Amino acid sequence: MKNLKTLAVLGLTAVVSLGLVACGSSTQAASDTTDATTAAASAETDQVYRTLDEIKESGEINIGVFSDKSPFGYVDEKGDYQGYDVYFANRLAEDLGVKANFVSTEAANRIEYLQTGKVDVILANFTVTDERKEEVDFALPYMNVSLGVVSPADKVVTNLDDLTADDPLIVISGTTAETYLIENYPNLTLQKYDTYANAKNALENGNGVAWVNDNTEVLAFASENEGYQVGIATLGSKDTIAPAVTKGNQTLLDGINEEIKSLGEEQFFHKDYEETLVTTYGADYVNELVVEGGVTE
Amino acid sequence: MPDLGLDVLWKGSNLLRLLGGLGVALRISLIAVVISIPLGLLLGTLMTGKNVILKFILKLYLEFIRIMPQLVLLFMVFFGSTRMFGWQPSGELSAIIVFTLWGAAEMSDLVRGALISIPVHQYESSEALGLTKVQTYCYVVIPQTVRRLIPLSINLITRMIKTTSLILMIGVVEMIKVAQQIIEANRTTSPNAAFGIYLVIFLLYFLACWPISLLAKYLERKWR
Repeated sequence: MKNLKTLAVLGLTAVVSLGLVACGSSTQAASDTTDATTAAASAETDQVYRTLDEIKESGEINIGVFSDKSPFGYVDEKGDYQGYDVYFANRLAEDLGVKANFVSTEAANRIEYLQTGKVDVILANFTVTDERKEEVDFALPYMNVSLGVVSPADKVVTNLDDLTADDPLIVISGTTAETYLIENYPNLTLQKYDTYANAKNALENGNGVAWVNDNTEVLAFASENEGYQVGIATLGSKDTIAPAVTKGNQTLLDGINEEIKSLGEEQFFHKDYEETLVTTYGADYVNELVVEGGVTE
Repeated sequence: MPDLGLDVLWKGSNLLRLLGGLGVALRISLIAVVISIPLGLLLGTLMTGKNVILKFILKLYLEFIRIMPQLVLLFMVFFGSTRMFGWQPSGELSAIIVFTLWGAAEMSDLVRGALISIPVHQYESSEALGLTKVQTYCYVVIPQTVRRLIPLSINLITRMIKTTSLILMIGVVEMIKVAQQIIEANRTTSPNAAFGIYLVIFLLYFLACWPISLLAKYLERKWR
């Protein structure tokens, strides 16, 4: 009797699961056919990206942004994308006459997203570097980044040349700040910390005279914490942040470049800064951070 | 009580978004479970069969999936299929494919293990008693195998649910990603929110996995 019951249960499970397998494979098959058509379409044209006309025709542009890097790209409590990059993305979509479809990307997969055509453009705080230029095409820049130095307000460090080996500088290991200081100021003493939190504690405890980090980070730190001041807002080589498109997507690249140039006339990125960055970085540094019309000095 | 920054959960629709993220994670893992368990049962049974070529292919499949980290598999399906074949599977579909392949592979090995754990003398006794092959499987082997499989497959299912935390890397916004979004958006106003939000996530994962463990316990007792 007990065995019969077990058998019945097993039989039922088998039938249900077979049904589900069938359902599963039929949806799989359906998606395979759609995939096959896309494959055929892309094989014809032999390109992974969509041209400007194709984007306009579809009525939607796929934009890869950060969804957890406040204040550049993040999601607010209503579930809407916000931030400096997103503000520009919305304007870009509006001027192209299409809807912006935001895709949440990570720092590690931004290039892959472009190379497989899963997004049309990346607007995720993407720093222009020579290595990346080989993989993707960058449009004109819309922001500057470099290093910065923050120190206690009662003893502000305004020039690294004034320091001696007895004035230790705080850096986070593995950052561009560390590399830059080792190369350019080999005689200065560095105190290296593994995490942001440890470096912050070290500065607060007075272990070093100043903290060298990305200038956005030090500006944010100074505006969030009483009693600290950014003595040097730009240090070392200036890098830029720019939109990126799939390598070879010339029409879209030209479209974005024109857009950035025309936005320069209305000082759009100053307005963007006002709306999204001013609470984090303060109004004093707008000209250090913002690039208008793609023109860097 | 220390400030855990839990107030951010009540801002706007944050709590609903977090639950929605859990929904995405559960949807993907459960669809994969429902497809991969029967598939694993089938493959596992085939692995104990006599066909050497089939066994070799299945073994190769199992080892490949087991050696590859899940993240690599996700990238291979999501980005690799576009590079190789020009397919554009959505992030969710890619995740379901990977989790199904993974679940089926691990399940098949569990099934194989459970099947060969039935001593040979039981088969021989059944034959001596005059049971046919089908009867032997239905009355003797399968009931014992299923009982042995329950705790193992529950372990696999809960692991599949928890591993959905990786799929944020292929752009699927699930619970962990929503949590990171909430924490980051409130970085300046409630810097402690990370503790509170991750505590809530812990509770939510627990609430999702616990009923499955309870069900397993119930079945184990019932089929003893």
